Amino acid sequence: MKKQISEILKIIGIFLFGKFKKFTMRFKKSNTMKDIMMVYYSEAKSARLTRKKVAWITSGGPVEPLIAMDVIPVYPENHGAMIGASKMGTGLCETAENMGYSSDLCSYARADIACSTVNGGPIGGLPKPDMLVCCNNICGTVLKWYEVQARYFNVPLFVLDTPFCHTGYSDEVASYVRAQINEYISFIERACGRKFDYERVKKVGHLSFQGQQLWQEVLDTAAHKPAPISAFDAFYHLALIVTLRGTPEVIDYYTALLAKMKDRIARGIGAVPNEKYRLLWDNIPIWHRTRWLYDKFASHNACLVADTYTSAWCGTMKYIDENNFVNSMAEAYTRIYLNIGVDEMAKMVIAMIDKYDVDGFVLHSNRSCKPYSFGQLDIQRIVEKERGIPCLMIEADMVDERSFSESQISTRIDAFMEIIKERKKHSPANARAKG
Amino acid sequence: MRTAGIDIGSITAKAAIFDNGKIIATKVIFTGYNAELAGQKVYDEVLSEAGLGKNDVEKIVSTGYGRNAVAFADKSFTEIMAHAAGAHFLNPRIRSIIDIGGQDSKAILLDDKGKVKNFVMNDKCAAGTGRFLEVMARALEVNLDEFGTISKKSSSPSKISSLCTVFAESEVISLIARGEKRQDIIAGIHESIASRVSSMLARIGVQKPAMITGGVARNSGVVLALSKKLDMEMEVSPYAQVNGAIGAAILATSL
Repeated sequence: MKKQISEILKIIGIFLFGKFKKFTMRFKKSNTMKDIMMVYYSEAKSARLTRKKVAWITSGGPVEPLIAMDVIPVYPENHGAMIGASKMGTGLCETAENMGYSSDLCSYARADIACSTVNGGPIGGLPKPDMLVCCNNICGTVLKWYEVQARYFNVPLFVLDTPFCHTGYSDEVASYVRAQINEYISFIERACGRKFDYERVKKVGHLSFQGQQLWQEVLDTAAHKPAPISAFDAFYHLALIVTLRGTPEVIDYYTALLAKMKDRIARGIGAVPNEKYRLLWDNIPIWHRTRWLYDKFASHNACLVADTYTSAWCGTMKYIDENNFVNSMAEAYTRIYLNIGVDEMAKMVIAMIDKYDVDGFVLHSNRSCKPYSFGQLDIQRIVEKERGIPCLMIEADMVDERSFSESQISTRIDAFMEIIKERKKHSPANARAKG
Repeated sequence: MRTAGIDIGSITAKAAIFDNGKIIATKVIFTGYNAELAGQKVYDEVLSEAGLGKNDVEKIVSTGYGRNAVAFADKSFTEIMAHAAGAHFLNPRIRSIIDIGGQDSKAILLDDKGKVKNFVMNDKCAAGTGRFLEVMARALEVNLDEFGTISKKSSSPSKISSLCTVFAESEVISLIARGEKRQDIIAGIHESIASRVSSMLARIGVQKPAMITGGVARNSGVVLALSKKLDMEMEVSPYAQVNGAIGAAILATSL
């Protein structure tokens, strides 16, 4: 009884804090990421008070129908990134390993499964879900991970199965996924106990599309030399397009961010002082080492100007019909970067190399993320053949700090930069500049 | 111009003095726990070997894992650059370098000017390195310097299937217990290193002619196993262990 009362008081506290924060934000010109995320998580954590439903959803899952039904989406993967960035990953991974999970399992999954049992991590765990939505466009691990959580919390699970698209998008795949969208809508109706709001989802779809456009525009500013934004900044600002796409907050935040980047361009301010070398990053960030990596590359006057990861949340806009969002999202969610063939991925990488005019390609071979890391060696070979730029592969893990060996990675980065510097010294463009 | 190169590795610290296009002295000592002290000591020793004083050397370059601990160096380069410079100096035709050191092994591809085109290094694992051999030598109670000669007596090398140094050690111990011949076990160890290293090399594609450098190049058994596995001749650097230090001294001439 006592425990229940203190639990309720805690939720009321979180609720009031969120309300107060939201109130004060009205008087600010632009809101910070921290403010927005605090309100988001306090609303999610006090959902029981406001009688709202909470859905846990995979990062690449179709969230718009949930938002249209006032369900608060919560992302274990975003939570995993927060755990990694606050260097709490190793402890939680160890907890999961003590529970019997293999150390080869994805560290987001390990951290999340462990966190559910101990309410640990930087925000004391995620709010309990009322339903789980799992889309396997990002990987196969999420299937078992969400099944584990569905059993643990005893809540319904919806699985959206998006077949792998080696090349195109066949009619069979189209109708298969489209049919599941209808099932998904029925699932949400059952969970919420009311009819689906088709009018509202149109508005949410517009906002989602607009948010993706703005995010792409923010990333595009890095094509400027010097780049006003680096991949490390993008890793940070990404949180909103992942967690809140389909809401007006995203539009406001990225509009302000875009204006800031344009201002930096106008004033010639770069994300790395003295930018001399421009690099492309592949795979999920090493969340516990972003600062170290930024400093390491910056010490060589190198800026990671773009990456394949943050652009994944705006990479399929060409498949979206803004005026028919629900119908077109099936294709957009199926054809994301991690669900296409290696040749297609390599084409996108090469397009980014050209667009951002980079001197080198850094690939994080991520022990956790198998679908992201599996084709990397082939992509590296294709890039070396097609563009002839130096490539570096570093082995690490996004959350589990035990997979990072500092001095080995440091030597690799130094040697890689030595090659790039040597090349640039002898490049024709540089010779012309010298006259 | 007289220059010096200091290569601080995980097990040994190496130094070389380069004088007008010639290697005039080299030195190898154990690194121990203090890389900074090892750097000073090996430098003092190589100077006395060459009969020189500190003021006789114009520029110093450091390399290796402890490169940043050598405070008196004018500049540091990674061992990739240093090995490339050293091998290119010894034989300008060399296009691939296979360096097997104390705790890492690497392959470096060079262009016709001796510039590094690409490289690959082992990661997270000591199998296929000098440390692996040291552990095995201890388990077999054989002096590491005899490994090459002993392995050549083998007619049927043992199979070492473990990918991990620690597990391979227990595997070797069980082979000893089963009464397998020492020469067969050692030859098996060499083959397992060759297979480890060659799969890493396949990532960047080895080009002929290839040179093998690093302390492990002194083990003729590993060189033989590697040439067999890769089906190509391996040129062994006459200065295998100090190749990085020589390269560093050469890099110092262009500072």
